[in-house]
Order: sequence, then structure tokens, then C-alpha cells
Amino acid sequence: MRHLLPLGFALILGFGSGAAMAAPYTPKSDAEVLERLPFKATAAEGRELRALRRAHAEQPQDLERALALAQRYFDLASAEGDPRYVGYAEAVIRPWSSAAAPPVESLIMRALVRQYRHEFDAALADLGRAAEIDPEIAKIWTWRAAILLVQADYAGARAACARLAPLASALLNTSCNAAIDARTGKAEQAYSDLSAALARRPDAGPELKLWIQTRLAEAAVQLGRAELAERHFKAGLALGITDGYILAAYADFLLDQGRPLDAVALLKDWERSDVLLLRLALSEQAAGLPSAAAHVKMLQERFDASALRGDKLHQQDEARFHLAMLGDSKGAVRLAAENYRVQREASDARMLMEAALAARDYAAAQPALDWMKSSGYEDPVCEKLAQQLQAGAN
Amino acid sequence: MSRWLALLLLLASFAVQAHKPSDSYLRLKIDGAQVSGQWDIALRDLEQAIGLDANGDGEITWGELRARQSDIGAYALARLSLSGDGENCPLRVSAHQVDHHSDGAYEVLRFAAECAAAPAAIEIGYSLFFDFDAQHKGLLNLEYQGKIQSLVFSPGRSKQRFELGEMSSFRQFLSYAREGVWHIWIGYDHILFLVSLLLPAVLLRERKHWSPVARFPDAFWDVFKIVTSFTVAHSITLSLAALGVISLPSRLVESAIAASVVLAALNNLLPVVGGRRWVVAFAFGLIHGFGFASVLTELGLPRDALVLALVGFNLGVEGGQLTIVAAFLPLAYALRESWFYRRVVLFGGSIAIVTIAMIWLLERALNLKLITP
Repeated sequence: MRHLLPLGFALILGFGSGAAMAAPYTPKSDAEVLERLPFKATAAEGRELRALRRAHAEQPQDLERALALAQRYFDLASAEGDPRYVGYAEAVIRPWSSAAAPPVESLIMRALVRQYRHEFDAALADLGRAAEIDPEIAKIWTWRAAILLVQADYAGARAACARLAPLASALLNTSCNAAIDARTGKAEQAYSDLSAALARRPDAGPELKLWIQTRLAEAAVQLGRAELAERHFKAGLALGITDGYILAAYADFLLDQGRPLDAVALLKDWERSDVLLLRLALSEQAAGLPSAAAHVKMLQERFDASALRGDKLHQQDEARFHLAMLGDSKGAVRLAAENYRVQREASDARMLMEAALAARDYAAAQPALDWMKSSGYEDPVCEKLAQQLQAGAN
Repeated sequence: MSRWLALLLLLASFAVQAHKPSDSYLRLKIDGAQVSGQWDIALRDLEQAIGLDANGDGEITWGELRARQSDIGAYALARLSLSGDGENCPLRVSAHQVDHHSDGAYEVLRFAAECAAAPAAIEIGYSLFFDFDAQHKGLLNLEYQGKIQSLVFSPGRSKQRFELGEMSSFRQFLSYAREGVWHIWIGYDHILFLVSLLLPAVLLRERKHWSPVARFPDAFWDVFKIVTSFTVAHSITLSLAALGVISLPSRLVESAIAASVVLAALNNLLPVVGGRRWVVAFAFGLIHGFGFASVLTELGLPRDALVLALVGFNLGVEGGQLTIVAAFLPLAYALRESWFYRRVVLFGGSIAIVTIAMIWLLERALNLKLITP
């Protein structure tokens, strides 16, 4: 009968969310705004995109034009946080990528699309085929390093950085290696290398500066230097670039620091992003704000919608939602463990350890504990979790 | 150079997705030869496909959408096909509305289709947006005779076939009744509760001593009262919970069910409630009803045959219960005078039940995992 427990839970949630479903309606006025597009057709992005689409439509068999449009879509996906553009990019290159011997650029583009869908092994296979055709393309090695990092294959990532070295600048090489150092017990070195590299290049573009500030902040967090981390987060935000990643990382930092009200202030306008909405709701809950309830409901709707589709791209966040919002530690362990089979970043490991500790399912955390040990990853929070798990298991 | 850096940036941010990818929600209801449909299509996707933002200001208004309604209808219905038994069922638009889903505003396209005759099998072809969005999915809910089937169309799977067959109300009723029987048989806590109350039914408690009842009808009526009141009570709460009138936290319900088993069995060891065990059956039966309701929710209730399913499930539970009683009563009656029945079955059995139910209670109340029943 134990299986009735989660079902009973679903019953209550089910009726709760059912009542909230909207119903079709007929707007009263022609002026009513139904949807806001990511950008105006008349704005620079809109004009550029239209030109690329027109060029592609005129000669759909032209690979160069197709790749330009696909790349533009892919960049938009990350800038806007909108996965629709990834689907567009994939469709544009489909005639080439589905060929028996796809051209190298279309293989790389398909690898990007596949890693976006968390099909990491398939993406690596595409990059491998691309490298056989032309190993001198730097992009192949940056992406290979990036994917192997997510899979926690640090030796493989290091080798990819080495292949990148003769093809790219010193700054890019430092970034590639520092990303690995930070995860393999050399956070101190990663921090000093990155800050030295940044100091040497005051002319670097704001996007690169943002990337480095974020990495510096994360390394400082790992080193337990909260004030330093905060300085880097603020420096990154001061660059004025819209970036969901730094917002999420800073919000997590504020939550860990016991400053949920600051996190609420940071994220209050970010309901539209699932990732940031989760952190907003967590902060509101921690601060005891009544607005948490509505945001929890909104999140439930979004997770439901993605479940209907059959997607499993947000399992780390879904695990966190189950653990912190629904008090469902067993469900959280299941999701976190499933997620960890695909993604093995530090935050994925931390999620698994937190869920396992809450559910007292110590064995479930073993892969994350193994990773902590083998990688030498430094982080006070993760180290404490690992100790608690080991104490609990004994 | 800057592009590669942008790629590294992406690497760090690829977990941050603001929205979900593109989906449309297609609902089809088949009623004989008539099919009615509702298709919710995201305005974002329609903008990409045919362009809605006429003045290019980045906002789609109702006026702009309304101006394109006939184009939308033609575009969408050209990418959906229905055929019954191999014969095309022509589609026509019946209304346009608007709705909001978790990721924005949607055109609600209502349409109807007419097949030549009530089909035995229906084939649906879906190709909306697949030409320009390789990750678009069409989420279909197909309703036929109160049963809903869900499935997903994707670029790799754009055709689906359903055998409609004969799913009469009676068969549906039977299938829910079967589920009811099944769930009382695998629901050990419900069975143990009932058995605890029934064990003393063939005995009489006099001067702190058990003695066998003289006549079968005495035992029968005792059992009848207990079973009836348990049934009435759990029917009430099962219905209320399944209809969404009341909901209780499942941990509370499951813990209370375990506690009810403990108390019912304890009462056989240290009798407090004598001949009025039917009152106990009623009071705790209310709690057990919530437990059944969660099973029913798992099965899913057909919206237009709610009462039928509810009654079917409930009757199934009663049927399963009566089978257990019918097996128990003659056996217990035959054994009632034996030392074995009083010592081993009543006393030993009740101790065993208390032990098991205490473990359930601890597990459920404290969220532990001691045994896996």
C-alpha cells in the first residue's frame, strides 16, 4: 500500500492545479495585447534575422546561407533563453545533416543542437566525425571540452583544451583550462589564472568579461571567500548584459548566504524564466513572503507542461522543486539520480547529495560522493554534505 | 575569436532556458461519424510561420490576430488530416478564440470533421511547423466514449492510428469494477482492518472470556453490520475525495489507516468495544475511503462517465470484500469452538496484525522505510 502515498499527494495537487486551468475566451478589444515577441521586427535583431531568412529562402540549397541562419537562431536561443530557436536551427540544416556524408559545418551545428537536448554522446560523436574531416576548427574542441566537462570527464576535456591550444588565443586557452582546474581541486589556481588573464586584457569585450567575472565568482565561492565572490557577481552584473546564468548563480549564492530578500530583489522581474522563477520562489519561501504560493503554482504548471511533452531537460531544477517546495524527498532523489546519469556538474552532484540526505537514502548519493573523491572538487557546501552523508550511512 | 568565446559562454549557460520548446495542444472528440476538435497553437509559432505582427511593433494584438484568422485556419488545417477507415474526413473551422498556456498566448482553433460513417479505426496525420521547427511537438488528447488517450506527434512520428473498437459504457463500468476488486485484494491494510473486526464475530465475550456463538445467524448478522457500515462509510469519503470535494494530505490518511488497523486488532486482545464493532468499522471506514480514492485517481476518471466509473469501482471494492468475507465466515464458524481458533487465530493473529500495522504506522508517520509490504 505504500505506493498510495505519492498517489494521494498527486490527488491533492491534481485537483489544485485542475481548478487553475485557464479557459479559451474572446478578447473584448482589438487593441488587447496577447503576446510580446522577443524583439521588434524593426529592431536591429529583427532586421538582421529577416535578411538571413530571406537569403535562405531564395536559395534553400545553399549551405553557407543555411548555416548563417542556423547559427543566428542558435545564438538567439541562448540570448533569449528560448529553445524554439534551437528547433528552427535544426530544421534549417536538416537537408545536410540527414545526408549520408554531412559537411563538417552541419555536423558541428547538429552537435550543438544535440548537446542542447542533452544528447551528449550523440553530440560528441558528431564532433568526432567533424574532427576527422577538419581538425583545425577550434569550435570542435571548445565544444568537446564543454560537453566532457558536463560529463565530468576531466582528462578528456584537458585533451580537448590541448587540441585547441594551437588554434586559439592565450585568453581562450586560459579559460578552457581554468574551467577544468576549478573542478579538479585547483580552484585557487583557476582563480589566479583567470584574474591575471582578465587584468592583461582590459580591452576584452563585455561578454567575455561577464563570462570571466562569473567564473571568478564561482571559484571564490568554492574557496569559501564570500565577500570576494559577491564583488565578482556585482562586477559581472554591472556590465549590463542580460544573462540568466549569472542571475541564477548569484541568487543561489545569496540563498546559501541566508539572504533570501536580496535574492527576491534580484529576481523579482524574472518570472518568465523557469530557472529564475524557481530561485525566486525558493527565496520567497525562505523569506516567508506570501507571494511564494503563486509562484510555486506557476512552476508546477510549467513542469506539468514539460512532462506532457516528454522532456527531461530540467531534472535538476525539478528535483530541487520536489525537495524544497513539495517536501517530496523521495521524488527528489529519483529525479536527481536520473539527472546525474546525464549531467555531472557540481550543481548536479550537490542536488543529488541534498536530496539523498533529506530522504536518508544514502546509497543514492554514492555517484556524487565518488565524483567528489576522484575529482578533488573543493566547495565547503559540498564537502559538508559529503560528510553528513557518510556519517548517516555509518 | 569572439564567436568561440560566445560558444564558451553558451556552454556555461545552456542550463538556463527561459521557456519550453514549441508545442501545440490538439484535442479530438469522436462521436460516431462526427469529430470535434480544439487546437491550441502558440502565437509565437504562428508569427514565425505566417507572420502576425502586422505593424512590426513586437506585440501581437487581438486585432492583428483576428485579421489573420482565415489564413491561420487554412494554414493549420492543411497540416492536419483525419481519416476514418481509410476515407478522408474533411475538416472545417468552426470558431477562433484565445487562451494562455504556461508559456504564452495561444490561438484556439475549433474545428469539426465529418467522416462518411462511424469509423472503427481512425488515422491522424500531423505536420504542423515540422518544416521549420525540428523540435515542435503536437500533444494529442483523443476522446472516445469517455476514454481519453494521449500521445505525441513529432517530426519522426507524424502519423498515428487508433483502433476505436467497441468500448461500451457497460464494458467501461466492468473495467472499473475489476480495478476495484483488484485493489482491495492487494490492499493489505484494508483487508487486515476488516479481518481484525471480523475475527471475534464467531465468538461471544462473556465475563472476560471468549465463547463460541451458538447459531450461525448470530455470527452472520454481526459480520453483516460490520461490513455494511464499513462499506457505507468508505463509499461516502471515496466519492467525496474522488469528486474533489475534500482532500486530505496522503501521509495523514495513510498513517490513520495504519493506526486504525492497530486499534482494531488491539481491541481483540484487550476488548474495549464489544458488540459495537460496527461503529468502529464506520468511523475508520471514513478514513479508508480516502485511501481508495487515491487509487481511483491513479486510474484516472473519465470526465463524462464519472459517476459510472465511481460506482463501478466502488462495487468492485465491495465485491472483492464480500469474496473475502464469504471465504472467512464459514471457516471461522466451523473452527469457532476449537482452541486453535481462539489462541492461534484470534490471539496470535491479532498480535501479528498489531505488529505489522505498527510498523506501517511508524513508516508512514515518520516517512521511514522499515519493510516493504
